Amino acid sequence: MKIPLIVGALAVAATCIAAEQKVDLKPGPGRDKVVANCGTCHSLDYIQTNSSFMNRQVWDAEVTKMIKAFGAPISEADAKEIAEYLTANYGKP
Amino acid sequence: MASRREFLKTTGGLVLASGGAWMTGNVRAATATMGPPELPEGTLSASILEALPGKVPLIKKSWRPPNYETPISYFNEVFTPNDAFYVRYHLSNIPEVAAATWRLKVGGDAVASPLELTLDDLKRNYDVVEIAAVNQCSGNRRGMFEPHVPGVEWGLGAMGNAKWKGARLRDILAKAGVRKDAVEVVFDGADSGVIPATPDFVKSIPAWKALDENTLVAYEMNGAPLPHWNGFPARIVVPGWTGTYWMKQVTSVNAVTKPFDGFWVKSAYRIPRGKFPLIDRFISQETDVNTPITEMVVNSLITNIASGESVPAGKPLDVKGIAWDGGYGIARVEVSVDGGQSWRNATLGQDYGRFSFRQWSYRFTPAERGNLAVMAKATNRNGATQTFETIANPAGYHHNVVQRVMLAVA
Repeated sequence: MKIPLIVGALAVAATCIAAEQKVDLKPGPGRDKVVANCGTCHSLDYIQTNSSFMNRQVWDAEVTKMIKAFGAPISEADAKEIAEYLTANYGKP
Repeated sequence: MASRREFLKTTGGLVLASGGAWMTGNVRAATATMGPPELPEGTLSASILEALPGKVPLIKKSWRPPNYETPISYFNEVFTPNDAFYVRYHLSNIPEVAAATWRLKVGGDAVASPLELTLDDLKRNYDVVEIAAVNQCSGNRRGMFEPHVPGVEWGLGAMGNAKWKGARLRDILAKAGVRKDAVEVVFDGADSGVIPATPDFVKSIPAWKALDENTLVAYEMNGAPLPHWNGFPARIVVPGWTGTYWMKQVTSVNAVTKPFDGFWVKSAYRIPRGKFPLIDRFISQETDVNTPITEMVVNSLITNIASGESVPAGKPLDVKGIAWDGGYGIARVEVSVDGGQSWRNATLGQDYGRFSFRQWSYRFTPAERGNLAVMAKATNRNGATQTFETIANPAGYHHNVVQRVMLAVA
């Protein structure tokens, strides 16, 4: 059900964000873009738990899925930087 | 994580030489709590035990949306306690829904007279039905696929068994005047994505399944109101089918004459055609290559012993566990204590119905010191059984590989 964003945000604050802790992703080029973009819709522990078994191609596919299927507003250049960061820090060659 | 890799290597074979290197107690306990050693390294190291409001500590897979797994010890009970029942969400906006203001809209182009129900209507104006049924995430055990596939890296506990009480969906649809040309019934819940572009989590099931006498709109679980995290005040219950169809906080039910074309049915939750021995088909959504997931595959879990534990030689040992399937019922569970060379029937526990966990137990006396592989394999009344190798599929669904619990007999 689509509900007004502000109502949803309040409800989430009341229920599930309360438990969320800061995830310290590994330092490296692209980390800020990962935090800002990926972190909008989901907690960043998804990145940790999905490591380290994805190569560049699979991380690219994940980032593309977030854009194409889930509507993440991420530019092509940022998507590339994000996938590079994820592969270098949470992926495999 | 060298020790974990070493452990995998050490326990990978069917029969181990005695005197193998075992993990120290602490490392083993931590690993066993957070899930089986087959899970990705990053999953095991990032997992913590954490309690959501109203829940006992569960294995946290992700905070937002909340995905929390039930620790294996709770499966020693045939019914999973509400406060230990796993939590699975796709989208992060999850409102608190008040019982007094909740409404269920029943409509669609295949009903003659749309209606709207309050919780009181649902409880008072329809026959009350209670069914014991397993709710299992399609991706339960996804983290055990090798090679790993992306997603929530579930271990063994993205499932639970409960007594679900509610009204039959078919009675509600009948009151709305559902017509014979209904192809699918579409469910929406109160949750939504963070940004408007994210497809809302909406699911459909074939009309025949919606009209099955066991498909419910449930408002109670194990004799109590549904926990917020499991769909309060009402959710869809589709016994036999994987959890993806069991819409939580359901707000609308629409019977429609055309196949639903939303992302979560058209693109997500699909399995390759012809790879799994399943019977139920969702024909209006099939393509040449794939089809929506339907009923659960037959499966079992050893619940009272864990790999790495030590047991005394010469004393009887009870191996206990559960078995379940997609609603045909468990015919037998066989246990092997020699690494799969020979199998003996376990004793089945009370039958709570064909959709429920079925408990089983097997007693034997480990005679010789050394390492011992205990395995369990369930077979349902169709003769379908568990696999020994994963059946590869892109999203990591239907993992029912026979477990091997490695004990040290001392």
